[in-house]
Amino acid sequence: MAGKTLYDKLWDLHVVSQRDDGSALVYIDRHIIHEVTSPQAFEGLRLAKRKPWRVDSVVATPDHNVPTTRAERASGIAGIADPTSKIQVQTLDDNCEALGILEFKINDQRQGIVHVVGPESGACLPGMTIVCGDSHTSTNGALGALSIGIGTSEVEHVLATQCLVAKKMKNMLVRVDGELGLGVTPKDVVLAIIGKIGTAGGTGYAIEFGGDVFKAMTMEGRLTVCNMAIEAGARAGMVAVDATTLNYVKNKTFAPKGEAWDMAVAQWRHLHSDSDAKFDEVVVLNGALIEPQVSWGTSPEMVLPIHGVVPNPANEADEVKKAGIERALKYMGLKAEQAICDIRIDRVFIGSCTNSRIEDMRAAAAVVKGRQKATSVKEAIVVPGSGLVKQQAEAEGLDKIFVAAGFEWREPGCSMCLAMNADRLNDGEHCASTSNRNFEGRQGYGGRTHLVSPAMAAAAGIAGHFIDVRTMGEV
Amino acid sequence: MRAFTQHTGLVGPIDRANVDTDLIIPKQFLKSIKRSGFGPNAFDELRYLDEGSPEKPNDGRPLNPQFPLNFERYQGASILLTRKNFGCGSSREHAPWALDEYGFRAIIAPSFADIFFNNCFKNGILPIVLPDDIVEQLFAEMYAQEGYRLTVDLERQVVVKPSGEALAFEVDEFRKHCLLNGFDEIGVTLRDADKITAYEQARKKTAPWLFNFGA
Repeated sequence: MAGKTLYDKLWDLHVVSQRDDGSALVYIDRHIIHEVTSPQAFEGLRLAKRKPWRVDSVVATPDHNVPTTRAERASGIAGIADPTSKIQVQTLDDNCEALGILEFKINDQRQGIVHVVGPESGACLPGMTIVCGDSHTSTNGALGALSIGIGTSEVEHVLATQCLVAKKMKNMLVRVDGELGLGVTPKDVVLAIIGKIGTAGGTGYAIEFGGDVFKAMTMEGRLTVCNMAIEAGARAGMVAVDATTLNYVKNKTFAPKGEAWDMAVAQWRHLHSDSDAKFDEVVVLNGALIEPQVSWGTSPEMVLPIHGVVPNPANEADEVKKAGIERALKYMGLKAEQAICDIRIDRVFIGSCTNSRIEDMRAAAAVVKGRQKATSVKEAIVVPGSGLVKQQAEAEGLDKIFVAAGFEWREPGCSMCLAMNADRLNDGEHCASTSNRNFEGRQGYGGRTHLVSPAMAAAAGIAGHFIDVRTMGEV
Repeated sequence: MRAFTQHTGLVGPIDRANVDTDLIIPKQFLKSIKRSGFGPNAFDELRYLDEGSPEKPNDGRPLNPQFPLNFERYQGASILLTRKNFGCGSSREHAPWALDEYGFRAIIAPSFADIFFNNCFKNGILPIVLPDDIVEQLFAEMYAQEGYRLTVDLERQVVVKPSGEALAFEVDEFRKHCLLNGFDEIGVTLRDADKITAYEQARKKTAPWLFNFGA
């Protein structure tokens, strides 16, 4: 019998019962909740007069709607200018209070983007099944966990039963061999992967990221990569547990301590694919060939190396794809065969569950240090992923570096990644963004998003157009 | 949940691949704490010429005359015909809520994104996967024939064309079962409450750190 993949092991560990119809009841260890996809689930529970199965498995924090300016944030919920946003954040507080759910409220130091807060607090741990009503829940798979995004009906289902009804996915291994070049980051790696397999390439699969590049990658880098597994169509992305994982998890607030730690580590050490494990699909990339990436279109698969040129639809034989390229060029205001380096930008957004951790802040700060934002760039905002990231960055003086360079230093939240709060693009504006989706209207009506790494976003903010950060040299 | 057994209806197109859930229902409408009210803003950025907002009444907003679902011939469409990877991106269940309220009962495409696909079943909408060439053929027939209608029969797992030709489709047994009966899934799961408790008891012994969160 062939060995098991990491996903097989995590799945087997959590099956409560296998049903005759091909589905399984899967136990959920951790349920993370935010304000946007939970109110209808709580309402559903109330209407059916049901109680949560295990409130001590749940942790909540508001992130999507919260303002990021100090002025609006100073007075907490009362300070939220948008009345509908205010109601939604208040509703999360009310629901958590009524049921006794642990919540990091709007101005709690531990508040932040759900997918940043989970790993940094130790609420998300290796070996867990983790769900959240948010597609980027795949992030936590970097810890060696099975972590998936769910809809609101499933949020209600997990609250009521502690289980999901699911069918096992297929196994895909994405292996990146070799070593990354200098200035090439985890964001570039995942964008290159999506460019290769497409936004539907991982549909129906759980993706394990393996190979030398991921072995050498920091935990925060792995979180960035797993975060965007969903952009390749996969509900779950994951990386095997190793010393990097254990070092990261150790001493986190909610991580096991003492004897419990030793007991946990003994189990977590098995959380890797067996050498004879069978994958349904294997994709291989050479890490040395990956260059800094910039998305040009309206889907994350529309991505190119920095020295690339925008595609010409005339060269595309497939009619549906051709129409897609034409539509994207029109929406993005680009010409066929235009050089990526010639795209001028209006705004910079450094943040989101993809790239708002301390290493991201450091990478961006290193680029802007001693330099000035281009005058043609209207606004460059840096939004840390949590109160704790913000605190750490300020302790290192990163905030001052950003401000000195003409970048704004904000309060934690999802911010301009999806523009549910006041941070958004205006019609027609180009943005160098460290977020995860360049969909039409995503960052604001008519807004034009280019997905890049923190270093590349910072570099674009300085130059006023996309530029290979590797060519900028020391200040 | 509302059951789905059989449905006959007018077919309407979104003739593009990779339609994401941001496009199906833009984020500003996600601030609602209700499950309803999303229908008038389904495909908001394609459907209207101006920017929509939850505060803005939709009556009187300028409709985009280029958007097929605004054409007279597709009014009342209840079966959506579209391209690959429909529903990709955000997990927002507001997307199927919006499509449901718009009037769609079934969606036909060569493929769907996983989370959206799953969310449809929770809301009595049937997503149907048919091969690329068949979808292509359905597009051609729909464009050629005004008032093109299809019948979807979940029990038999077929889409029946006006010619009477039946196109078979696959559907997971458990999803089919729930949808045909309109089951309350939570109620069904809670019948296994003893098994869930037994699992928990065993896990508390082998992985106790999972059970003292926040303590």
